[in-house]
Amino acid sequence: MARMKFLCDAERCIECNSCVTACKNEHEVPWGVNRRRVVTLNDGVPGEKSISVACMHCTDAPCAAVCPVDCFYTTDDGIVLHDKDLCIGCGYCFYACPFGAPQYPQQAAFGVRGKMDKCTFCAGGPLQDNSNVEYEKYGRNRIAEGKLPLCAEMCSTKALLAGDGDMIADIYRQRVLKRGGRPQSWGWESAYGTTG
Amino acid sequence: MKTRLESKKRHARIMLWSAVIIVFGAMFLPLASYVYVDLVSAQAAAAQDANPRANYWRAVREGNQGYTSSSGPYTTSVLIQNGGQNWRQLRNGPVANYTPWILGVVVLILALYYLIKGPQKVARPLSGQTVPRWGLFERILHWYTASLFIVLAITGLSLLFGRAVLIPILGPWGFGAWANFSITLHNYLGPFFVVGVLIEILVWAGMNIPREADRQWWKKLGGMFSGEHVPAGRSNGGEKVWFWMVAIFGIAVSVTGLILDFPNFEQSRETMQLMNIIHATASVIWVAIALGHIYMGTLGNEGALQGMTQGRVSVEWAQQHHDLWYQEVKDQASSGTETAVEPSSAAKQPG
Repeated sequence: MARMKFLCDAERCIECNSCVTACKNEHEVPWGVNRRRVVTLNDGVPGEKSISVACMHCTDAPCAAVCPVDCFYTTDDGIVLHDKDLCIGCGYCFYACPFGAPQYPQQAAFGVRGKMDKCTFCAGGPLQDNSNVEYEKYGRNRIAEGKLPLCAEMCSTKALLAGDGDMIADIYRQRVLKRGGRPQSWGWESAYGTTG
Repeated sequence: MKTRLESKKRHARIMLWSAVIIVFGAMFLPLASYVYVDLVSAQAAAAQDANPRANYWRAVREGNQGYTSSSGPYTTSVLIQNGGQNWRQLRNGPVANYTPWILGVVVLILALYYLIKGPQKVARPLSGQTVPRWGLFERILHWYTASLFIVLAITGLSLLFGRAVLIPILGPWGFGAWANFSITLHNYLGPFFVVGVLIEILVWAGMNIPREADRQWWKKLGGMFSGEHVPAGRSNGGEKVWFWMVAIFGIAVSVTGLILDFPNFEQSRETMQLMNIIHATASVIWVAIALGHIYMGTLGNEGALQGMTQGRVSVEWAQQHHDLWYQEVKDQASSGTETAVEPSSAAKQPG
């Protein structure tokens, strides 16, 4: 079985946010909920780096460990999914997650949280694959259709890779070899000069 | 002869010290090469420029903030936050594993005490005379706070231990429904409980200021084991400690609870993690102490519950448990009909 992973190549990401847009559109994600976001480090400073980040589908997922209702499960492909019919919106997964992946639609006043929503690796949820109810709760199930996550498919510079961990690692290794292992011969430094 | 003996002694001393030096030298000199390697590698590391790329990502790993154009209440510009793992290990470790033992031990102690010592009975037969102990406002305040405390304790413990205890019993769906009900009740009733606790602290602080009598009371542990009746005012040493526990844990649980309950003030995840740990730990300890209070108010002390339900206690109970206070209120004694007297329980006194 494949072990699904995301990998964002920081030397390639140009913060175009098309992954974010693709995700929002594909899954009809509500306003204020971001399953994926691009974080730029040292923004505006020479040498800035952008990284597209979503749920990283951890092997020992902290969200699953702290969930009071135990609503998380890992698929055979290593994708961490959750059951919105069990979720109580307590916010614990958000406190535990290193990547800030869990999101909550605001349901009422005083910041009462709705059911948690996060990146599903385009693999839907526990309901019938590609059913309307699954789409409404979890978004499109592209994995069941034999497709990979749309964010990576849409990435204009192929910075964001999604798929079987071995294949992704292979692609990335080849890139690193081509770059000669030295960032100054490829990417920002070769385009704009050394950061100094 | 003397000089020969001395030179022999000297010889022996030299031999001994030589042996010691040789043994230690054989043990430690070979290790000197490690010191050398460490020194050389430290110099090499200092000489080589630190890898800037590695330092860059190390800084990211430390939770540095970046910039993101996405916006939402739960969308952060921090790439990696480290507090979550600490919180996970504290909550799933000590908080979830040790605090149930506090509850268990308290229940066990109370059960053993009940089985061995039994309830404290009113020693003298009841005359039917009663004195007022708790006013109507105090009783309403007590039961308002107490009922909320029980609901919050049950729902809170369900959320903390339910995954381990209740999912195997109720199943994921049954517990999911109960947990959803619990969190809603817990979050909405919490602020009302805070009001009750704060008013209790204000109303009862005066009568719970420690006095000399309380020191004597605690010296004899309130006669819990000796069986003697230690002089006490309206509130005895034990009740005063319970009151200050309510004050301390009440404020801690209320403040942390309100911060957790209203996440719409942009509290950081680190704040929420810390508040959650304090809230859970303090609450479980508070529940454990409250079990002692509930025991004393119901099973453990005959005649005490009437004071908080009907407002009046029997003269005999007051004399036995709160003699100093009884001296103040004995002129208010009356054979009021509102107190249900149980002659049967009074009849079977051991004496």
